Amino acid sequence: MALLEVRDLSVVFRRKGTAPFTAVDGVSFDVEPGRTVGLVGESGSGKSVTALAIMGLLPGRGREVRGSVRFESVDLLTLNDRQLRDRRGRDLAMVFQDPLSSLNPVIPIGLQITEVLERHRGMPRKQARVEAADLLNRVGIPDPRRRLSEYPHQLSGGMRQRALIAIAVACRPRLLIADEPTTALDVTIQAQILALLSELVKSTDTALIMITHDLGVVAGLCDEVNVMYGGRVVERAERHALFNASRHPYTHGLLASIPRLDAPRGEKLVPIRGSVADNIPWEHACAFAPRCPNALDRCRQVRPELVPDYGGMLRCHNPVGPLMAAEQGVSR
Amino acid sequence: MLRFIIRRLLQAIPTLLVLSILVFAWLRLLPGGPAEALLGDKATPATVASMNRVLGLDQPIFVQYFKFLGRTLTGDFGNSLTSGDPVLAEIGRRFPATIELSGCALLLAIVCGIPLGYVAARHRGRFIDNAAVMTTLLGVAVPVFFLGVLLKYVFAQKLGILPPSGRQDVTIDATHVTGFFVLDGLLTGEYDAAWDAVKHLILPSIALASVPFAVIVRITRAAVLDVREEDFVRTAESKGLTTKVIRRRHVLRNALLPVSTTIGLQTGLLLAGAVLTETVFNWQGLGSLLSEGIQRRDYPRLQALLLLAALVYVLVNLLVDISYAIIDPRVRVR
Amino acid sequence: MTGPKLMRRKADRIDELAGSGGTSLAADAVRRMLRSPVAITGAVITVLFVLLAILSPFLAPKNPFIPYDALKNTLRPDSIPGPMPGFVLGSDQNGYDFFSRLLVGSQQTLIVGVCATLIGVFFGMVIGGLAGAFGGWVDTLLMRFTDILLAIPSLLLAISIAALFSHGTQWTVIVAVAVVSVPIFARLLRGAMLAQRASDHVLAATALGVRRRTIVFRHMLPNSMGPVIVQATLTLATSIIDAAALSFLGLGDSDPSRAEWGLMLGRSQDYLDVKPELAFYPAIAIILVALGFTLLGESLREALDPKNRR
Repeated sequence: MALLEVRDLSVVFRRKGTAPFTAVDGVSFDVEPGRTVGLVGESGSGKSVTALAIMGLLPGRGREVRGSVRFESVDLLTLNDRQLRDRRGRDLAMVFQDPLSSLNPVIPIGLQITEVLERHRGMPRKQARVEAADLLNRVGIPDPRRRLSEYPHQLSGGMRQRALIAIAVACRPRLLIADEPTTALDVTIQAQILALLSELVKSTDTALIMITHDLGVVAGLCDEVNVMYGGRVVERAERHALFNASRHPYTHGLLASIPRLDAPRGEKLVPIRGSVADNIPWEHACAFAPRCPNALDRCRQVRPELVPDYGGMLRCHNPVGPLMAAEQGVSR
Repeated sequence: MLRFIIRRLLQAIPTLLVLSILVFAWLRLLPGGPAEALLGDKATPATVASMNRVLGLDQPIFVQYFKFLGRTLTGDFGNSLTSGDPVLAEIGRRFPATIELSGCALLLAIVCGIPLGYVAARHRGRFIDNAAVMTTLLGVAVPVFFLGVLLKYVFAQKLGILPPSGRQDVTIDATHVTGFFVLDGLLTGEYDAAWDAVKHLILPSIALASVPFAVIVRITRAAVLDVREEDFVRTAESKGLTTKVIRRRHVLRNALLPVSTTIGLQTGLLLAGAVLTETVFNWQGLGSLLSEGIQRRDYPRLQALLLLAALVYVLVNLLVDISYAIIDPRVRVR
Repeated sequence: MTGPKLMRRKADRIDELAGSGGTSLAADAVRRMLRSPVAITGAVITVLFVLLAILSPFLAPKNPFIPYDALKNTLRPDSIPGPMPGFVLGSDQNGYDFFSRLLVGSQQTLIVGVCATLIGVFFGMVIGGLAGAFGGWVDTLLMRFTDILLAIPSLLLAISIAALFSHGTQWTVIVAVAVVSVPIFARLLRGAMLAQRASDHVLAATALGVRRRTIVFRHMLPNSMGPVIVQATLTLATSIIDAAALSFLGLGDSDPSRAEWGLMLGRSQDYLDVKPELAFYPAIAIILVALGFTLLGESLREALDPKNRR
């Protein structure tokens, strides 16, 4: 039994006056306890919506969610509001992208941590404050006692993100979801935050879902990677397999487009042609077909299914051959 | 924090000065000239000449202004043309009445407005929301003085359950300590007098509260709707906090920020509305003093009242700024 | 011919061509408004009001500006006649035909609202436009002044202005109300223009070498007009109400023959127990018209808000 089993999850947004928009289209993946799983894709691929759907945080109106999200054998999608609230923060928690807007600006940081402790572990305020200081210390914030009474705007970006992480891990959740936690930060801080996350989940045996568009993040952190495009998972592989021998043309394109320090000067950058279009019917076609260099006629007529492939999963009619991938020298 | 308060106090002074200059300019622009205007019926060539000397009209304009400022700071506003009493004394007598009425109206507007705004935002698009928005539109579209007249007509004339005017029944012999009739009644144990005063307060307060109420409902509703979309509310939800805690600590605390600025601005509306409401209900406060002054072109009174209005407005906004700093820690940094 | 002049002309031309194509904000707004019942209600009321104002001299059965003996002779200290043959609603307090005055009052009321708003918009745009176009110390100076004016409660400001006139006329009220709205429009236009100045398309136009004058008039001003139009509609409503308040306080026109709803409402206070309709009918008319303009203005604001575009 995996810790988290997502089966056929789909999310459709319906707004008055516009066509229904399928943000997530039949996504399935598992997360084993203690493992770090990556959800990779560009903006519009549906990775954030998937995370919000798992947590039950999608905006209230105009959305349809189907499929199942089994967390420790309980389907979260069938729970009522109170049951969800009991689990959120305690069993599964989320770290968001923009640390400044994700923190309440008018209450001190300490309170934002202690309120989770009070809620789920029933701690009295005084004890919670001690624990909160300890948490801040563990995430690497210096002088934690003083920080407890400070406000978000008084902390630097990196410290705010550490605080958000502290809040998320306060009750030792079994699953942590990080949605682009470093995108809003400076590059040097990014590395620190990622190292922090890595160390935290290893030491507490927490499962982590890492959502990112940055393959560098994936390479450093994830045991297993799901590549998403157009609301679907198009490839799943163990970390090394993905980087050494990716099979899906999209993954292949992503890897090939990364500029390399050791590439000869004057060598052109290789982008993926086109951009994500969001209202072409994907029912009977591959979402990536319009931009795919390997596209066949079949790709525009029949929807490819996610099938096992060389130890991973693949959704493609005309994948890149494993030999070719190795030849390209795309490796880390 | 103290530094912030002092800084704000100092910032208020230039505003007060500019407003005093405006009043001074206004005085100079009065028909017939300031001396004649301030003397009214008593204007004869002799009195005008001596008034001109007092005002310093034969001297450069800076001297005139400083004389004006001096008179203002010592409270020398001359005597009212209508009653002959010193204007400052008149103002002192009538002050509590306006405070009592405005305070009551503001309280009413806040106590009814904020909850309604919140509920409207909560149930957006449904009946209560549409009803609330409609009410706010009416609140602004109905002229305050007409609302007062209407209330008088319905409740006093037709139904006879509430008194039509004044602050207290002439038949009740009440002792007045503070000038706040309700408070006086309670302090002296004359509960029937206190109750009578309350009955007299009801209609004028409702009329005066109508516009601030409408504004407060709208702003609260808009603020709550905005705050609910904010990222930190999503974070709070992700922590699994109860709806009650999220509402209180995360949504309302932030939504009330723009609302409290508005309350400061409402003072302006209250000052203006008080003029009309007090006139309709014959409420012996500063508002009716002003409108009587307008009717009779009693310029000494008008001058003093305008200066007072400016002072009150600046002071109230100062208080609002300070309270804003107490609620929103981000402001203190500036 | 070569050189800077030609380059500038060419830039202007490209600029002109680039401005066409795609759905304009205005077209989008109109479409959105046609779907909103609030907007339609507001628009209908407004149109009816304007029609009434234009047609009322023809619709009024009697002359609204002269007293009629038939009415005057029936006036008593404690009674004013109601409907009588030939006079649909009877008399007002001075022996004029109440119904005709109600009808024709729409004209004066509309004039008061429109004049006050236009004056306010004009001066407000001049001040705000100068501040927004030049920035720097011009901006600071003008805006400080505007802020002080804005700080003064509008009715008090209006009263102060009105008191400067030795006796009340229609223009007293119009000017007083206009002065109150000037700072609002000044701030509005200046804010819109400042936002425009920092916007990408203005930066692009400047980079292309388009002339400053062209930028201001073809790019900044048209894009700033949205909020101004919305505010003008709302100001129309508030001017009518404020004008009524001023008349109530005795600062309006003293001529008994002038028919304007605010004036009629203000003067009827003393006759409430004798003939309350004298107050109620003009009041309801004012409220309806104010509501109409406000609904229109509010739905315009919603419609023009670019955030609402998909």
